[in-house]
Amino acid sequence: MYNFKKQTNAAPLAVFRLFFGLMMFASIVRFWANGWIEKLYLKPNFHFSYLGFSWVKPLGNYTYLFFVICGLAALFVAMGYKYRVAIITFFLSFLYIELMDKTTYLNHYYFISILSFLMIFLPANATFSVDAFINKKKYTNIPKWTIDSIKLLLSVVYFYAGLAKLNSDWLFRAQPLKIWLPSKYNLPFIGENLMQQNWFHFAMSWSGMLYDLAIPFLLLYKRTRIIAFVFVVFFHVFTRVLFPIGMFPFIMIVSALIFFDAKLHHKIITIIQQFLSKFSFLKKSKNQSKANTISIIDHYTFSKTIAKISYPILILFFAIQFLCPWRYLLYPGELFWTEEGYRFSWRVMLMEKAGSTNFKIVDTKTGKFFMVDNTDFLTSFQEKQMSFQPDFILEYAHFLGDHFTKQGHKNVAVFAESYVALNGRLSTKFVNNTVDLYQEKRTFKHKKWILPFSTKIEIKGI
Amino acid sequence: MLKQIFYLFVFVVVVTSCGSSSENDSEVITDSFDRVAMLTNITDNIIIPSYEDFSTKMSALKQDGETFTATPNIQNMNTLRASWLNAYKSWQHIEMYNIGRAEEIQYSFFMNIYPLTVRDVENNIASGSYDLDSPNNHDAQGFPALDYLLHGLADSDEAILEKYTATENKDNYKAYLTDVLAQMDALTTEVVNDFISNKSAFVASVSNTATSSVNKLINDYIFYYEKNLRAAKIGIPAGIFSSNPLPEKVEGFYKQDISKTLALEALSGVKLFFEGTDTLPTFKQYLESLDRQDLATSITNQLVTAQTQINTLDDNFFNQVNTDNTAMTKAYDELQKVVVLIKVDMLQAFNVSVDFIDADGD
Repeated sequence: MYNFKKQTNAAPLAVFRLFFGLMMFASIVRFWANGWIEKLYLKPNFHFSYLGFSWVKPLGNYTYLFFVICGLAALFVAMGYKYRVAIITFFLSFLYIELMDKTTYLNHYYFISILSFLMIFLPANATFSVDAFINKKKYTNIPKWTIDSIKLLLSVVYFYAGLAKLNSDWLFRAQPLKIWLPSKYNLPFIGENLMQQNWFHFAMSWSGMLYDLAIPFLLLYKRTRIIAFVFVVFFHVFTRVLFPIGMFPFIMIVSALIFFDAKLHHKIITIIQQFLSKFSFLKKSKNQSKANTISIIDHYTFSKTIAKISYPILILFFAIQFLCPWRYLLYPGELFWTEEGYRFSWRVMLMEKAGSTNFKIVDTKTGKFFMVDNTDFLTSFQEKQMSFQPDFILEYAHFLGDHFTKQGHKNVAVFAESYVALNGRLSTKFVNNTVDLYQEKRTFKHKKWILPFSTKIEIKGI
Repeated sequence: MLKQIFYLFVFVVVVTSCGSSSENDSEVITDSFDRVAMLTNITDNIIIPSYEDFSTKMSALKQDGETFTATPNIQNMNTLRASWLNAYKSWQHIEMYNIGRAEEIQYSFFMNIYPLTVRDVENNIASGSYDLDSPNNHDAQGFPALDYLLHGLADSDEAILEKYTATENKDNYKAYLTDVLAQMDALTTEVVNDFISNKSAFVASVSNTATSSVNKLINDYIFYYEKNLRAAKIGIPAGIFSSNPLPEKVEGFYKQDISKTLALEALSGVKLFFEGTDTLPTFKQYLESLDRQDLATSITNQLVTAQTQINTLDDNFFNQVNTDNTAMTKAYDELQKVVVLIKVDMLQAFNVSVDFIDADGD
């Protein structure tokens, strides 16, 4: 039985908090500097919403404010200043940003959302934080489960990502790497040769799968920890070189440090303290004089009320994490094709999927029709994402139906002409073009108007 | 168990890394497909000959225009009309190259924006003062303007000729014709010379980035096929994008019986470009090198099907739309199937970088 009373050194969580905050701050700055706020949230006239969250929308130029708040909250988290308020603010503002438009959905962003939610409940400011300094209270130890919960979440991410790779496309056709790797032909040294080799595509697929499945255990087991961390660094740096995945590899590398003993984190803290003291002589003297007055408390314990509230929430949280990736089993049909239950399940880099979806607006009385030019309403990125994801297709069909009804068109029906290609198969028809999508409700139920995945090369596996 | 997983993992990683080092140490096996060779072939055997052909025909067109304005008679008008059609057909083979100078100056906007805005043309002629460089005049010049000036000014040839010989504004008509031709010829010379002088840089730019020649060419090809061929020549007149058919939007509206000729010319250009040969590779050979023979065949077959369908249409799309628009929409449907194959399947196979947004492939 797991002992929730057991204590452990607080340093790993403090270091984790610091790096997490800094990384998030850098991510927000990078996002802004790349002009993506404008490109993704301000320029489009229409936004794809998660079911039930259509009220979360970009707010014109105030959208920048969310990013300012989110970035500042990240800095406060890093410093451990007003930690609880800061991490709640970060979680809410980040969540709002992610909910504004699901076109930008990435598993990485989902990871950050749930990680920051988890961190709300953890005493990450117990030591090495501005809070500890101001409150003149510093805790040497914290409940062990708090650190373990982060390890558990990371393990879930890796392990489920590994499970998702146990399918015939990934393992026996080396798809989609067979499409992606050869296109990296302009990488120095390996682009024109290694990236083109069939065996290399398979080697990458298989080692990627084994890496994801094994790495949590290798990190947990003391004797393999260092080599596991080397793998983590190598794997993430390599994927960073190959794919446009932004800050994520660095976040994962730094996160993996939580698996190490407190000794390492004390070293990191000492190095940072030395580094800081070099820069501000004034602070140094202040720090030293005040440091003496900080009382060091041995154990951090949760008050009974807080424990009463947070334990059930966290148990529920992890139950959802364990079960959510399996919800696809409730839907008929091929998961990669329908994508019903695809998101929030650590299915990362599994598909090269693209489509062409055009909409026919029909007057049901006269039979007159015309086709919609998607570029009138969507950005190229939105159109690309819409073209192969059924929930996008349906939401957009409703938008078009409303739009043309408002424009004065009568008896509007919306039909989709849609073709989708998946993992190197020839494109096939995706949507039943005799179904009026305007009459189809947006629900979590199976979408019967998606045509079955008809291909000679089936996908088998988890 | 843990140990076994560990050893297995180490084994795979070691094999992977050993493989890479031995690969690099020994002779360098290069990617089986040579993109520079493809671009060189496309440049030397498709783009430049097309540019040169058009250049020649454009010069002849301008020359015949000068002859006509100097001596406006039926014979000179017919000569001019013939060379207009010649050049218009040749134009169908270069419109897709929105690259280099052509992209900078928006060459095709000055050459072939239709439908023509007749009011602008007539106002320009009446006032005698106009700026053909202005974007406002995109739809008042180029081939469509010549079409109007040579076929659309009146109902009979004699009446058209009178505009240049007998009306009050005859000098303005002649001046406008001359100016439109001069503009087309000057821009063509500029674009062609620029392309030829920058050829080596163009051919060498094969990296997989949004701005490399190879990626831009792929994107231009698809864009041209989708917008300028499928939509403009067939879809829009057939009313695919509007509540009612718009037959007056056909290409070559004033001459009318050439809309099919021009569409077929454009389609054959697209097909030729795609197919290449074993020694002169283009997209088809590129697909084959990626093990996508299936897709290459599908595209070729579908292009042929579309061609066959267009062949069943009236020479005059204006008439076709008005008499039997269903045949027109059928042709559109066949053309649309190619869009799916090149825009979804081919683009996916080439894995061309388009966006600069983070993605984890889901």
